[in-house]
Amino acid sequence: MAKNQNSMKQHMGIRTANAISNTIIHILLVIMSIIWLIPFVCIVLQSFRVESTWQVGYVIPQKWGIDNYLNLANTDFWKWYLNTFIMGVCVAILQTIIVLCMSYTLSRFRFKMRKPLMQFMLILGMFPGMLAMIILYRVLKDLGLTQANAVPGLILVYVASSGMGYYVSKGFFDTIPKSLDEAARVDGATRAQVLYKIIMPLAKPIVIYTILTAFMGPWGDFVLARYISFGASAGMNVAVGLNNWLTPDQIGQNYTMFCAGGVIVAIPVLILFMCLQKYYVEGVTGGAVKG
Amino acid sequence: MKHYSDLEYLKLSKGKKLGYRVASFFTGIPKAIWNFIKKIGNALKGAGLKVADEAKDIVGTFIKGDWKTKVSYLIMGFGCLARGQILRGLLFLLFEIVFVGYMVLYGVYWLRMLPSLGTVGPHEEYNEIYDAYTTTYGDNSFKILLYGVLTIFFIIAFLYTWRVNVKQNKLAEQILRSGKKLKSGKDDLRSLVDDQFHKTLLALPLTGILIFTVMPILFMILVAFTNYDGAHDGYYSNLFTWVGLKNFNTLFSWSSGGVNYAATFGEILAWTLMWAFFATFTNYFLGMIVAMMINKKGIRVKKLWRTILVLTIAIPQFISLLYVSKMFAKNGIVNGFLMNMGWIDKAIDFWGETANHGLLARVTVIVINIWIGIPYLMLIATGILMNIPADLYESAKIDGANAWQQYTKITLPYMLFITGPYLLTSFTGNMNNFNVIYLLTGGAPTNAAASGAAGSVGFTDLLITWLFKITMGPESQYYLASVVGIMVFVVIAVISLIVYNVLPSIKNEEDFQ
Repeated sequence: MAKNQNSMKQHMGIRTANAISNTIIHILLVIMSIIWLIPFVCIVLQSFRVESTWQVGYVIPQKWGIDNYLNLANTDFWKWYLNTFIMGVCVAILQTIIVLCMSYTLSRFRFKMRKPLMQFMLILGMFPGMLAMIILYRVLKDLGLTQANAVPGLILVYVASSGMGYYVSKGFFDTIPKSLDEAARVDGATRAQVLYKIIMPLAKPIVIYTILTAFMGPWGDFVLARYISFGASAGMNVAVGLNNWLTPDQIGQNYTMFCAGGVIVAIPVLILFMCLQKYYVEGVTGGAVKG
Repeated sequence: MKHYSDLEYLKLSKGKKLGYRVASFFTGIPKAIWNFIKKIGNALKGAGLKVADEAKDIVGTFIKGDWKTKVSYLIMGFGCLARGQILRGLLFLLFEIVFVGYMVLYGVYWLRMLPSLGTVGPHEEYNEIYDAYTTTYGDNSFKILLYGVLTIFFIIAFLYTWRVNVKQNKLAEQILRSGKKLKSGKDDLRSLVDDQFHKTLLALPLTGILIFTVMPILFMILVAFTNYDGAHDGYYSNLFTWVGLKNFNTLFSWSSGGVNYAATFGEILAWTLMWAFFATFTNYFLGMIVAMMINKKGIRVKKLWRTILVLTIAIPQFISLLYVSKMFAKNGIVNGFLMNMGWIDKAIDFWGETANHGLLARVTVIVINIWIGIPYLMLIATGILMNIPADLYESAKIDGANAWQQYTKITLPYMLFITGPYLLTSFTGNMNNFNVIYLLTGGAPTNAAASGAAGSVGFTDLLITWLFKITMGPESQYYLASVVGIMVFVVIAVISLIVYNVLPSIKNEEDFQ
């Protein structure tokens, strides 16, 4: 009896300890959520501020309005937006094809040059990619694909070197049992048929993951886009264009407009991402586990 | 150093084990270098033997071969054509024609100019039409270097194809002698979607990588040995030329043209390593803790917390980075808030305070990077934590382990084992994390001690942002940027090598299949 009571007491003790720690964690999570959301709340609020266009030390606008959004039409913003959108779509299609070709081959085929090829690409990846920009700029300039015509040039550069990023999807293909391929091969399918009829339907999550990340790439790329579009507004993407509004000489007139532009850029990407979040999480987790 | 046998090693405590591994790594360096030299020697010997073998084979094939084979030595693909393998023969022939045509028309010129990178620069010449001196442009060093390298590639490719052509003839003769049939063009095409399918799949990606990654990197490595910059752009301003190791000397000298490049480089490198270390490990551990907090039993609305964090990934990074950077500006929201609350009287200059090598800016950058990085790590850690077998914890609980012991004995080792390679890539990724630094601070606050160095250097500049600033600066010292880029490669390669040698868990990729 006494023993039983004792264990009850202990049990209760664990339960209250648990309840306390859960409460603390809940409080921590709420605080964290606030910290993580503050910048986004601020940027939305500031985009509706119309009493001044420069940076201020308060968050809630004194006068509300949508002037900042309307004013975007008087700038090159929508041109940049279109540029980025075109790049996003083209890169999403082409890069996905290339990455899948690469990762599928390296995961499934055993050929003589496979290991050396992978080692070579590992070493190649240790060079800062930025180094290549200087020559790419000169070469693209000779081809007439810089400045105002930067969009096709940028697509070319993004897509051409995308084969290097095969790790995540290779990890995924590695998890599909090889016995499936072999069974189909025994039944007389060619290697190409195995890919289209057996592997592709199974690889839907990784295809979506690759498309999603490829599409988001041009929206966030800053350095290459800035280099290739060098000073020509017509060839910029949103990142380069909006960044120009925050230079010391422009921030006074354009700060609230930057906020409005940022909100418009973020919304479609955000919606797309939230819809496909499941696949993204799968890809990120798998990629880290398999290296 | 005392050398332990395997059994003795297993008896050591954990700390001693690690110490022993580190110590044996460093004491093993001379031996490793010696082995490496031996390896190179063996490789050279092997290569020499192989070349001799090839030569023997080439000559032997010529002597033993029939007349079709012999003609193929001069006219590639002739043997294939004569034996009815039309497709292969035509491809060989076409390649030879293109190669010879290219070499005669352009290749020879580029090769001849490569050692000097051009002799005639832009100069004034009398123009009769305008009756005045106008600028005439001469050689183009940039193109000479680029096409010279391409031509060398092309020659190697040609030699390889020629060798394949010879082998094909030998093989065809053998097959015919044994009474079998040769593969037709149709067979060849079919094999491209079957046995040789990997070649079809890799053709496009590898071409892209070759042209847009390998070529530029090779070119830029060569640029490090020239004086290519804004004033020597090779065509419009001046020719550039080979300068040997001069640029490396510049970077490592204590005073070059009144600038102490070695100290500047050392300072930036030290901060780059510091940044990569803190950025990687703060994110790693805090991300893991957040994931464990959300996954704990009894925590409500798990999905909501995750979604809020994931928001930072979904919104293009440049928006959040630029915005957060402005939040911390002198007249930004953070200072406004702190002053309204009465906690400070004067705005804090987060990005301008140069005391202690810009310590304030450096810490702020690392803290903001935690804000950016935790969501990713939270996702990764969540996936891994769910995979830890629950019975491990059950038995630990029965044995009386408390939460902290469970964490250090089960969770942490498991995580570290699984994510070892990820930590390495994320460390090197952070060393090259251009976006976070450039968009947040732009390298500020300015480092006055390095004011003479190319590309105004700041205290939060990483090597990679410095490289960018050098090329974008008024003098565009591309040669210096190349040297810095090569140094980044060396540092990353050395770190990777050390980590792979000290960490026990190098994974066998076949394990996952």
